[in-house]
Amino acid sequence: MSETGPTLRTIPDRLHSRMTRAFRSWETILLIVAVAVFMINSFASPYFLNAWNLSDATFNFTEKAMIAFAMAMLIIAGDIDLSVASIIALVSTAMGIAMEAGAGLPVLVAVGLATGLLCGALNGALVAGMGLPSIVVTIGTMSLFRGISYIVLGDQAFTGYPDGFDYFGQGYIWWVFSFELVLFGALAVVFWLLLHRTNFGRAVYAIGNNATAAQFAGIRVARVRFILFLLTGLTSGIAAICLTSRLGSTRPSIATGFELEVVTMVVLGGVNILGGSGTILGVVLAALIMGMVTFGFGLLNVPGIVMSIFLGLLLIGVIAVPRLIKGK
Amino acid sequence: MSILKNREALLALATLLLIGLVAARFPGFVRPANLAGVFNDTSPLILLAIGQMIVILTKCIDLSVAATLALCGMVAALLNGAGVPLPLILALVITLGAALGAVNGLLVWKLGIPSIVVTLGTMTIYRGTIFLMTNGAWVNAHQMTDGFKALPRTVIAGLPVMSWVALVAIVAFTVLLTRTPLGRSFYAVGGNPHAAVYTGINVGRTQFVAFVIAGALAGLTGYLWVARYAVAYVDIADGFELSVVAACVIGGVAIAGGAGSVAGAVLGALFLGVINNALPVVGISPFWQLAISGSAIVLAVALNAAQNVTHGRIILKPQEAR
Repeated sequence: MSETGPTLRTIPDRLHSRMTRAFRSWETILLIVAVAVFMINSFASPYFLNAWNLSDATFNFTEKAMIAFAMAMLIIAGDIDLSVASIIALVSTAMGIAMEAGAGLPVLVAVGLATGLLCGALNGALVAGMGLPSIVVTIGTMSLFRGISYIVLGDQAFTGYPDGFDYFGQGYIWWVFSFELVLFGALAVVFWLLLHRTNFGRAVYAIGNNATAAQFAGIRVARVRFILFLLTGLTSGIAAICLTSRLGSTRPSIATGFELEVVTMVVLGGVNILGGSGTILGVVLAALIMGMVTFGFGLLNVPGIVMSIFLGLLLIGVIAVPRLIKGK
Repeated sequence: MSILKNREALLALATLLLIGLVAARFPGFVRPANLAGVFNDTSPLILLAIGQMIVILTKCIDLSVAATLALCGMVAALLNGAGVPLPLILALVITLGAALGAVNGLLVWKLGIPSIVVTLGTMTIYRGTIFLMTNGAWVNAHQMTDGFKALPRTVIAGLPVMSWVALVAIVAFTVLLTRTPLGRSFYAVGGNPHAAVYTGINVGRTQFVAFVIAGALAGLTGYLWVARYAVAYVDIADGFELSVVAACVIGGVAIAGGAGSVAGAVLGALFLGVINNALPVVGISPFWQLAISGSAIVLAVALNAAQNVTHGRIILKPQEAR
């Protein structure tokens, strides 16, 4: 063993440069997948590359994506809300009751938003207020909310919404840009600002990584979690208004299975299901991918239930593949 | 008053109270034959709730049980149509159920994916597979052999076979959970996974076994369900996983794992079963069922939490006089 002097080593303060990290990020992979899906679809069907068809395709994901933004924040904070589809059913039913009572357009919208907030508040009070596990609470409210719709409607349906109500789900703001698509874009910006540019957003990450530490750091953990449930309730209300307007009717089975697609969208968007990490950009890209895949399958006459198999595989696959590659 | 602190006793009391309330106006409800009918109706829920309870004990959840039931039920009906003898069908659906559970278990064990995500995914995959196999077609009563349909209804010693299957499962799994190393390891894994590792228990493998048991029970129930109702299609038992989780939560099974009993899960299932059977008797629309089981879940989980509140220990008391 010969004596050697201390060798000089360079220890980088970060492992990869900004560019390398950006290139290796989940969002980049999603972008590549999105472009690939877009190109495959264009080759597979001659009807895909048409501004109006593509615009129609956006209805596949806009309503779910609105909820997915709030759900992403909720999952980043370490909770989950499985009752979102049932909130849509209850909101739609509440609007139906208001419509039967002769309510005008502004009242209908107000009733929808208020019902969504109320549902979110109940979830939030049970989870954040009483400290109950969010999975069980929202499985419970999932049957409760839809159950109330069934009690009100049974095998009936509300139809005959007033003139002008159809604008939310069927109207276009300019050329091929529908009201829903523009609202989706606006909510994406709002939630991006909220999660990535505010103290509230930082608090969400902090709670997801370590709620106890967040509490000791002076974050009002319970209040933040309560607000997050309010947000999923509110966005579910907004989605319910759009969906009811688009369908023009309310049945208690409306939006069945949406919660699966919303959670899939969020997880596909790179949000860690255990909380602590994820971005709004990822969710936007995941929404686009899922929308285009659904649309492409639709053009190829693939039945809806086969698409749901594909969604299930996608949900498990996007988590399993990276873990398989890393060797767990 | 230790009996009031015993969750199972309280739940049994609540169920009896419920039966009493219905019986006060409709005495026919408490005829032994009717009560046996209620138990028989609840048997599928009991079987699935036992499997679900074991999964929940290990800190997991299985949302795919209803889809597993439906897929195995359809396979049983198709095998019957192909002329496969009944004992072989039974063996095959239980194996298939176990295999479907094993897929869930492997994804949780080997890849460490949270069980809620895995089973949310396999739930749609399993149900979609039924559609792929049948193209959405139904298997109706006239397409099933008489022997296939008769087994769950065959009466032995006053009870149909379906009830006996549930009773045997209750006894067998009570013994398994309380009297065998495997049973205790389910509790250990859920109670404290780190401590379980140090006592030599393989946490992932134990969770895997729990999923296999839940799957096998769902497979068996799939046959019973299809044979009893004499019809198989894509949407049978749709949303049943919620009732199963509800039965467990009402029965005091802690969703965080490590606490619960077969008796609790069974009583939770019976509580829901009595409600579902009593609704038409007292003249309430069956459309109320969903909302009632939803409220029952929320109430039960709130009560569970209220019971388990641990008050912080005061380690430093302010002193009045120094």
